[in-house]
Amino acid sequence: MDRTGARPPEALLEAAAPARGAAVAAPAASAVRIDSLGAWYGARKAIEGISLAIAPRTVTAVIGPSGCGKSTLIRCVDRLHEVTPGARVEGRVHVGDVDIYAPGTDPVAVRSMVGMVFQKPNPFPTMSVYENVAAGPRLRGSRIPRGALDDLVERNLRRAALWDEVKDKLGRPGADLSGGQQQRLCIARALATDPAVLLMDEPCSALDPISTYRIEELMRELAGDVTIVIVTHNMQQASRVSEWTAFVLAGDDGIGRLVEFDATEQLFTKPADPRTEAYITGRFG
Amino acid sequence: MATTAPESRPRRPPTRGLLGGASVPDAAFRAVALAFGALVLALIAAMVAVMVQGSVHAIQRFGLGFLSGTLWSPNDRIFGALPFIYGTVVSSLLALLIATPIGLGVAIFLVEMAPHHVSNAISVLVELLAAIPSVLLGLWGIFVMVPFLQRTVEPALQAVFPGVPLFEGAPYGVGLLAAGLILAIMIVPTIVAISRDVMATVPVAQREAMLALGATPWETTRRAVLPYATSGILGAVVLGLGRALGETMAVTMVIGNRPVISPSLLEPSYTMASVLANEFTDATYDLYVSALIEIGLVLFGITILMNVAARLLVRRTARVSGRGER
Ligand SMILES: Nc1ncnc2c1ncn2[C@@H]1O[C@H](COP(=O)(O)OP(=O)(O)O)[C@@H](O)[C@H]1O
Ligand SMILES: [Mg+2]
Repeated sequence: MDRTGARPPEALLEAAAPARGAAVAAPAASAVRIDSLGAWYGARKAIEGISLAIAPRTVTAVIGPSGCGKSTLIRCVDRLHEVTPGARVEGRVHVGDVDIYAPGTDPVAVRSMVGMVFQKPNPFPTMSVYENVAAGPRLRGSRIPRGALDDLVERNLRRAALWDEVKDKLGRPGADLSGGQQQRLCIARALATDPAVLLMDEPCSALDPISTYRIEELMRELAGDVTIVIVTHNMQQASRVSEWTAFVLAGDDGIGRLVEFDATEQLFTKPADPRTEAYITGRFG
Repeated sequence: MATTAPESRPRRPPTRGLLGGASVPDAAFRAVALAFGALVLALIAAMVAVMVQGSVHAIQRFGLGFLSGTLWSPNDRIFGALPFIYGTVVSSLLALLIATPIGLGVAIFLVEMAPHHVSNAISVLVELLAAIPSVLLGLWGIFVMVPFLQRTVEPALQAVFPGVPLFEGAPYGVGLLAAGLILAIMIVPTIVAISRDVMATVPVAQREAMLALGATPWETTRRAVLPYATSGILGAVVLGLGRALGETMAVTMVIGNRPVISPSLLEPSYTMASVLANEFTDATYDLYVSALIEIGLVLFGITILMNVAARLLVRRTARVSGRGER
């Protein structure tokens, strides 16, 4: 539950307070800019000192062994991390030119600018396919005329390459679809709020190879108008879909840090850090 | 939630008996379990049989007219059960009408809003409420609630809704409204406890999916948590209804115990459970006893009917909300 919605925990305020004066000159050149980001679960620090600038309309992969903090990292970009009880964040994150951890920033507003696709497909089971896609736009308050909503649902199902498969069963429960279709439904649902940034947390890890292939294909198409950050533990996937890759690794203290961030091709062929090389050649992780 | 598909139940590891016979304890356990299961069924069947046998007299005398008869007059050997059925059903439904929104509201507060320690403290208090013996609640009803209803609430209702049949008649304090309120107090803990547990088991992924779309915490509760939990919440309401239908002591103390059917909630009424408790010792002749036992049979029937209906309802909604799990 989001208990921080109305009143951000002191820790957040503290972390963001010094940024006040500097917050004005936010570089809009990057779609997402992460500065010295750290995140805790209670007393346990999960990631530390991560800085990244993500260019607009690119696909960036976040790779690293399981448990190194990849999910934590991208959840910080959506202000979803703080939803976990006891969780807090330090450092700064800009989405476009919005300083999302600034004291005055409403997490609800941040989350409607940023879309999230989760590891396990999680359509709303009591809603139809149509209602799943319409769920986000319907949160925007004012009633949308039926015709406009129909268009919006169709457009986003098409963007998620699902329309042809579901156009005759828009009224069926979203959970009746196959796993791969459910995940594309979740992508359509996330796209329907027109996010500038789409975060995907191992979106294919629960899917079969064909569904995986379709979603990878889809990502490349979407990158034309959305900035995508995808967490994956599959290095082939990272090299297939992304232009940029960030490699995160947990140290002996169990805290995840950014080891290397570079163009995907560069990182996979000429890694600068020996740990990156060890990881991509399969020597650990 | 009823979401676990049978095939996903973990396979029982093979039990190895002390004597090497792999399945001896297994078979013994199964036999014992079966025996107890059969025993429960047999007990219910025996109960029904005894009640039917006991009420043969009244059944033969009044037939179906027993259910529709509005006169209950032991002196004239006339027995009609409708006033009791009416009193039971109306007081229970009234209780549900009051207790469901309150119980659900408290559960939402406990799960979705309150910090952990506050939530725990309130949960304990609510469970304490369920532990109060109903005779004490009845006493409180007589000495505190009924006078308050009579002097303050009922005149106010009549002033606000003049001429509305629901609130007509002299404000006695005792009556259907008092019974409904007492019952509501008794079933709120049931509804709170179960809906709280059901809401707490809604997968985090469902909440986060809604939050990630830009929903406020309240929107997340209303659009993701509550729909997902609907079948369980219905179950909570059903259990509450079951308790309200059968509750005797506290209701007997505040309902007025008059076998009349009136549209007004301020009028005294009578329930099936209450008449059984009140008149069993006075039943001086066979037909009287027989009529009372038939009332018991009807109460049993209504309880079962409500439960089955509710279970069907729960199953229908469970089918919808169970699908997202896979
Ligand atoms: N809800 C949580 N509570 C406590 N610790 C957590 C929680 N979620 C993740 N962690 C810890 O944070 C670290 C990073 O987790 P995560 O970001 O999920 O890693 P990844 O996605 O790279 O597998 C792990 O060590 C994990 O144990
Ligand atoms: Mg992860």
